[in-house]
Amino acid sequence: MSQALAASPAAGTDTPVPAASGARQFWRRLRTQRAALVAAAVVALLVLVALAAPLLTALEGQDPTTYHPSLVDSARGGVPIGSLGGASADHWLGVEPQTGRDLFARLVYGARVSLGVALAATVIQVAIGVAVGVGSALGNRWVDQLLSRATDIIVALPLMVMSLALLAIVPSSFPRPVLVTLVIGLIAWGNIAKIVRAQTLALKDLDYVSAARLSGWGVLRIARRELLPGLAAPVITYAALLVPTNISAEAALSFLGVGVKPPTPSWGQMLTAADVWYQAAPQYLLLPAGALFVTVLALTVLGDGVRTALDPRAASRLRIGTGRKNEGADSATDKPVHGHKDTGPNSDDRGATA
Amino acid sequence: MSGFGGFVLRRAAGTVVTLLAISVLIYVVFYATPGNVAQITCGPRCSPEQVHQVALQLRLDDPLYLRYWHFLEGLLAGQDYSTGTSVEHCSAPCLGVSYQSGQQVLDIILTKLPVSLSLVLGAMVLWLVLGVGTGVLSAWRRGRLSERLLTVVTLAGWATPVFVLGLVLMIVVCGELQLLPFPEYVKFGDDPEQWAWNLLLPWLSLALIEAAAFARLTRAAMLETLAEDHIRTFRAYGVGERAIVARHALRGALAPVIALNANNVGSAVGGAVLTETLFGLPGIGQELVHAVKVVDLPVVVGMVLVVGFFVVIANAVADVLYAVADRRVVLA
Repeated sequence: MSQALAASPAAGTDTPVPAASGARQFWRRLRTQRAALVAAAVVALLVLVALAAPLLTALEGQDPTTYHPSLVDSARGGVPIGSLGGASADHWLGVEPQTGRDLFARLVYGARVSLGVALAATVIQVAIGVAVGVGSALGNRWVDQLLSRATDIIVALPLMVMSLALLAIVPSSFPRPVLVTLVIGLIAWGNIAKIVRAQTLALKDLDYVSAARLSGWGVLRIARRELLPGLAAPVITYAALLVPTNISAEAALSFLGVGVKPPTPSWGQMLTAADVWYQAAPQYLLLPAGALFVTVLALTVLGDGVRTALDPRAASRLRIGTGRKNEGADSATDKPVHGHKDTGPNSDDRGATA
Repeated sequence: MSGFGGFVLRRAAGTVVTLLAISVLIYVVFYATPGNVAQITCGPRCSPEQVHQVALQLRLDDPLYLRYWHFLEGLLAGQDYSTGTSVEHCSAPCLGVSYQSGQQVLDIILTKLPVSLSLVLGAMVLWLVLGVGTGVLSAWRRGRLSERLLTVVTLAGWATPVFVLGLVLMIVVCGELQLLPFPEYVKFGDDPEQWAWNLLLPWLSLALIEAAAFARLTRAAMLETLAEDHIRTFRAYGVGERAIVARHALRGALAPVIALNANNVGSAVGGAVLTETLFGLPGIGQELVHAVKVVDLPVVVGMVLVVGFFVVIANAVADVLYAVADRRVVLA
């Protein structure tokens, strides 16, 4: 990888590059964005913490679920004993009020839940979105109508309200993190389906796709071999921005007390009772809040960076004026890869530049 | 004008179809589940006789399409509910009866609605002013320090979950600085001044988060317009930069802002649920969370229906407004 980066030409000389080196071009463009690199490092660290959670807590000598009643002052309503919310060599970040559970362990295991649920939900959203979007664009008029209406309806149903409602009817014996993942994944795929449909409509009339069709290829084969590569850029872009949204959604549901439930730790759930304890144990509030903020921020900045790297046209749009130099000049040389949100005839103008 | 009228009619017809489809989806998801529907609807503390009563009311012995028809009939024409001892009429639009509280779902929603509307509409004014204002400012000051600063603040707002910001605001403003009392809902009719003071923090929490999206969008749309040829012509004619930004570039941002505001209705409702729960405001969101926790199915379904309808209608209205702001849409 480092060789590929070293070998790539200096940034700023945007010339059309054959599609084969798309990945290399992507890295070159991502590399030039300092904020995105920092964000990528933060995200990598978070993923590492989540993966190594059992290791880290073993190092501390604690686990996220054991109660330590001796560490909280039951006479004062369960305030952690000692300064800094009971932080000590044994409990690095102190303990939870009332239960005395180790806060560090809950925080790092919370990262597992947060990232795991968000990533798995994103995979579901992308899978459904791509299937519906491609099917809608390639199917006949009735299939398109049906799938497009279904997409409209899914987009209309607010994620928060719908997931709350669905969580009400599922028996409480169902494992909660899986349930939250399914609910978020099954509700919020509408926008990605719209983007994929628009992009597929633009792609399917290009010469190489027509050539495949005229050679008698089946729809599935055309979709897999000819269309999916062209869809990769917009799908990756949108998926990168879905992850932070899903993190917020999981945190919000758990905060409301209907998402991930104790004893499984989750950052949103930790915040539910935090406001009562902020004076005695401020880190009980600040740690999960900070963790959520940093995670969502890093993922959003990284997602923006990915979009800039994959869709230079949008990036140069945003950059216009800051440099006050040859406005929009570099947009003409790069092929537009990002499908517009609006479906319909305007997205077909792609053919003119290709 | 006929083209515009036709567009509005087509859009209205499409909306009706979508609303019907949503009602089917919601009915199937919540009332055609494999479990004991009558038991879930009635609630965990119902006696077998009550559950039997509910099963009769929902016509669970009928085929699914007849049951849905019965549900739709109630929605459009009203329905009688037997409570065991007496018969109560639930007039259209009948969203059903909560077997746990004995109240009609529509009544529950109507008593909670003013709180939620106060929250969302007040916050909407704030987020439009703050968001569009920030976007205009950062497009105007592009490339300077103040724009970088605004971009960072906007990104921070974009990344903060609404309940985290609300929690921090509440602790700092009400707890530490004691500038405001902890919010407690006061009816507008009782005391408008107290109403506003108590809603100030909830408004801010919801608005600051939502404003970030509008700031990003406004900035991007204005930069796009500023790069267009007609703006260069204005510049060549010697029109001042301030006038160009305020008068001409802002117009380019108007249509996308309207579209985003409609698309955002759903997320704003979600934000309102969180804000109400956090600040203890007795609105629809808080009631929904309560109904979910105690598994009061008729209330949950009624609220999902109302919110879904609300979002669809808001989107349709926005489409029409969008067409007014940008007539090219009608032709497409």
